[in-house]
Amino acid sequence: MSARLLIGLGLSGLFVTAGLVSLLWTPHDVANLNIAAKFAPASAEYLLGTDHFGRDILSMIMVGARTSIAVALLAVGIGMLGGVPLGLLAAAARGSLLDDVVMRFNDMVFAFPALLIAIMITAIVGPSAVNAIVAIGIFNIPVFARLVRAGALPLWTLDFVLSARVSGKGAARISVQHILPNLTNLLIVQGTIQFSLGILAEAGLSFVGLGAQPPTASWGRMMAESQTMISFAPHLALIPGLAILLTVLGLNLTGDGLRDALDPKSRSGSQQGSGRAEL
Amino acid sequence: MIGFALNRLVSLLASLIVASLVVFAAVEIVPGDPARFMLGINAQPDTVAALRAELGLDRSPVERYLSWVGGLLTGDLGVSYTYRSPVSEIVAERLQVSLPLAVYALVLTIVIAFPVGMLAAASRGGVVDTLFTGATQLGIAVPNFWFALLLILLFSVNLGWFSAGGFPGWQAGLLPGLRALTLPAIALALPQASILARLLRASLIDTLSGDYIRTARAKGLSAGQALRRHALRNAMIPVFTIIGLQFSFLIAGAVIIENVFFLPGLGRLVLQAITQRDLIVVESVVMLLVLAVILVNFAVELAYSWIDPRLRNPS
Repeated sequence: MSARLLIGLGLSGLFVTAGLVSLLWTPHDVANLNIAAKFAPASAEYLLGTDHFGRDILSMIMVGARTSIAVALLAVGIGMLGGVPLGLLAAAARGSLLDDVVMRFNDMVFAFPALLIAIMITAIVGPSAVNAIVAIGIFNIPVFARLVRAGALPLWTLDFVLSARVSGKGAARISVQHILPNLTNLLIVQGTIQFSLGILAEAGLSFVGLGAQPPTASWGRMMAESQTMISFAPHLALIPGLAILLTVLGLNLTGDGLRDALDPKSRSGSQQGSGRAEL
Repeated sequence: MIGFALNRLVSLLASLIVASLVVFAAVEIVPGDPARFMLGINAQPDTVAALRAELGLDRSPVERYLSWVGGLLTGDLGVSYTYRSPVSEIVAERLQVSLPLAVYALVLTIVIAFPVGMLAAASRGGVVDTLFTGATQLGIAVPNFWFALLLILLFSVNLGWFSAGGFPGWQAGLLPGLRALTLPAIALALPQASILARLLRASLIDTLSGDYIRTARAKGLSAGQALRRHALRNAMIPVFTIIGLQFSFLIAGAVIIENVFFLPGLGRLVLQAITQRDLIVVESVVMLLVLAVILVNFAVELAYSWIDPRLRNPS
């Protein structure tokens, strides 16, 4: 196991665990306002100190981890479930009207960045964490569809696909048995990117008040609340930001590490590559 | 090429029509009726009736859609309920901040990403490449609004080089205006530049291992010549896709970053309009932002087919 994968798994594992533990236990109750203890420095009782309402920052980070990870994970799930079949379909039917319709549909959805979708939903039904999931999830669909189509198109011209066609396999079976396995690499990389982007997007949405609502703790809102206090209590904004940074970094390192560990082609490629692609 | 462009133009128009239907329908399905929604539950019946008449809610949805689209085409975006002034005027004013900010950030993104990505690809496996990987890993993982807060903390609170937010207006001069947009543009650009540089590096390395590059080297081209004449052009296709994608992220990111720096742009306008339930502003601004994304993607697609003629005729 590479050092990169170990660090990545360690970092993302830490925050996933923190989020899971927060379901059962947090050092303090995050709904508990204790004005007498506001702006407390780090101590044995409050490991990361307290905020302007006297809430324990560590506890809020733990609950925030749960919110972020859940939102991002569900959003990537929506994106893959919708996007991968669409991309395969478009590539299999390349050049036809169907391909065109699928890709136009993609462009359409794609024209609505997650934040705009969230803005529209919020304008109509008000803000919530579900909005964030739906908005980020919808936006992920065309990302995966485009990626899969772009990755699949050149594969359709290769000999092993031609021979599968000659042997009588249909487009659907070729897509699933021959095209999709060759895209795993792309999907792992993009899935990780979208997962971390999902965490970033969730934080952004709750930062501007369009995501999870109080009393649910969220990293984005912690930062928004502390922005006006940045000159005298910078740690209130720094800590949740660091949590996001480390989680996303951990996920990205995990994705890269997994890709190298799982795919023998990329592993040997990096060894041969130093000799082959020296330019 | 012209046939291809015309073909794309038709689907561009179709996309715009569908997008406008989606945005219009979203406002249509507001629980209750838009007038009551905007005024809240304590509104007087005659106030609601007046707003209903102003919004034209007594007409059929088809009629209202057509007049809304007609208005969009002629630059009449309706009258904001909270600002009591034409939305087109408010938008024109806000665009003077948002558009320069997005362009500034995109230029920074490309200016940073291209040299860095090419350098890393050329020195693959070396020290520069390792440093590059570490730096871009951090760049991708950092939330841009948090990075913005760090910039404020360092350059405004501690060093006092830039103001922590606000915009003096272009009438104060070009430099003060650009100065006010500098920290926001950096905050927007750095994460995007990391993404673009990584993609460029990966795409170049992929392309550089192709047989035709080996042939080019074998017939005597230098490494740099092979990279510039053959690899770069082929590596550009995924890069262009991402630049198109990034424009959407810049629009979305700008909404948040404008909020961090208290910039009077479109993003702040739309967020304020949400809290004020000013659906007329939300509807028009969202439509304009969507229009911007669609047009950029159209341009990207034309650029593609210019780079790679094979894409003009996918069959």
